[in-house]
Amino acid sequence: MTIVDVDRRDATRPDLAAVAAVELGGAAVTLGGRTIWSDATLTIEPGEFVAVLGPNGAGKSTLLRVLLGQQPLTTGTVSVLGSAPRAAKPEIGYLPQRHAFDETTRIRGIDLVRLGLDGARWGLPLPGRSAERRRVDEAIGLVGASGYARRPIGECSGGEQQRLLIAAALVSRPRMLFLDEPLDSLDLPNQAAVAALLNRIHRAEAMTILLVAHDVNPLLAHVDRVVYVAAGRILSGPPEQVITSETLSALYASHVEVLHTSDGRLVVVGQPEAPHHHSDRHAHP
Amino acid sequence: MNPHLSLNPVTDYHQLVVYPFMVNALEAGTIVAVMASIVGWFMVLRRQTFAGHTLSLMSFPGASAAALVGVSLSLGYFSFCVVGALAIAAGSRTAGRRDFGQESAVIGTVQAAGLALGFLFLSLYGGILENLEELLFGSFLGITTTQVHTLAAITIGVLVFFLVAGRPLLYSTVDELAAASRGVPVRLLQVAFLVMLGLAVGATAQITGVLLVFALLVAPAAAAQQLTARIPLSLFLTVLFALAIIWVGLTLAYFSAYSLGFYVSTIAFALYLACRVSRTAIDRIGRRTTAAPAIA
Repeated sequence: MTIVDVDRRDATRPDLAAVAAVELGGAAVTLGGRTIWSDATLTIEPGEFVAVLGPNGAGKSTLLRVLLGQQPLTTGTVSVLGSAPRAAKPEIGYLPQRHAFDETTRIRGIDLVRLGLDGARWGLPLPGRSAERRRVDEAIGLVGASGYARRPIGECSGGEQQRLLIAAALVSRPRMLFLDEPLDSLDLPNQAAVAALLNRIHRAEAMTILLVAHDVNPLLAHVDRVVYVAAGRILSGPPEQVITSETLSALYASHVEVLHTSDGRLVVVGQPEAPHHHSDRHAHP
Repeated sequence: MNPHLSLNPVTDYHQLVVYPFMVNALEAGTIVAVMASIVGWFMVLRRQTFAGHTLSLMSFPGASAAALVGVSLSLGYFSFCVVGALAIAAGSRTAGRRDFGQESAVIGTVQAAGLALGFLFLSLYGGILENLEELLFGSFLGITTTQVHTLAAITIGVLVFFLVAGRPLLYSTVDELAAASRGVPVRLLQVAFLVMLGLAVGATAQITGVLLVFALLVAPAAAAQQLTARIPLSLFLTVLFALAIIWVGLTLAYFSAYSLGFYVSTIAFALYLACRVSRTAIDRIGRRTTAAPAIA
């Protein structure tokens, strides 16, 4: 028997430590007769911090839905933590595309985080055991939200709400975090702060993080790998290899230029926008 | 001897319970207040007040259908409220999630169809509904012991639903997509909640009348949620407010010439207004405190 190096959460399931976090083989998704993307082959190793990039409507959210078991593949194979996506669900903390809580949502941030821990269990939403309360406080501390977690969530700022939502996604100690555009509609300082926060969580908790993003720049310093979804295909690799004029031009089959600004930002010029017909962004008010 | 309010609680209580119809009214009112306020708490948080209002109007086709077919009024109320709930649940989702825009359009359509059906049944029935005013504005005079038992049974059913499903329902209310990804059956809960809402509204309408369901369904929850965002306290205040509204309303209606519907609605509105005003005041004071220079 081989001895595998496992972290503490894997103690009962040593088999999981050796397998890829996410694996796609020759995968394709067709929605309403339109192929979103096809021939996608992708491996994400445990502990990687991955940004999923690409134009609107290219199928980034579809990729997340496939990995969450909410969208079946038309062809190909998918495995998450070595099993079918549905079976891996309890190991995944998921942060849906941002929906702002307005002032009519009269619960507190701490209640939201608490629901991330036990919201799926039957019963009443009553104060729980002290172990659960400690875990909730711990998660709130991890995202730096202790100062406002007891305020009504609708009164928190966008950045504060996003930190509380991240705490709700990781409070159940998942092995992976999937985040759908967590930086969307945050101002630039908050984008940078949330990106840095995710990187800190990624390292401190040895967590695999898959993050859908519109703009790679707030994430460039943090991510190990980018997955680029565009023109019906999926490419992946380190950012400096994928976000280049050559790679993106080949992907789009048209001239795309990647410019490096003096402050280290990347600007992609000339990338064709994907058709918008299926985009479900902003469907939620 | 006509009852008159003596302001001596003991005497007044004895005057209140001297007639069996009044005991029935107090029992039915208490039962309905508990159920309606808890359902209403979730309804306000889920922003389904419009659905609640529409379901209360379903009592009108319910009552006229019951008169036409010759079954009990309660049966008509409950079956139409539940059917309306199912119709709203069936039409209000797009791409596997709640669609608020579509939901309100579907609710409006269901409301129009329900009222049209009610009018049709009334024409077919040929007569006039004798208790149309009671139907619209409520009454406490004619509540039978059977009605009290029916209300109690339905309330127990609704409360059991919340005992079992309260937490996942709250999760799917606050963050539906995250809840779904964690295995909460959000679709089933949405349908089940609307059915509970239909039952609660059907029960409440029998006391407050179809048009004044607001008094017990919306006002207590809306008022309590103004005051606090703490879930247990908020739920407790909601139930307390509903009980206060119905008890004070019944007492005043009993001792005076004006109708129950007027009292419960007015008390409910005043309560909501008071909570709204005090929250604004609390917020102002809070802002002034936080605006003061903080000690670093």
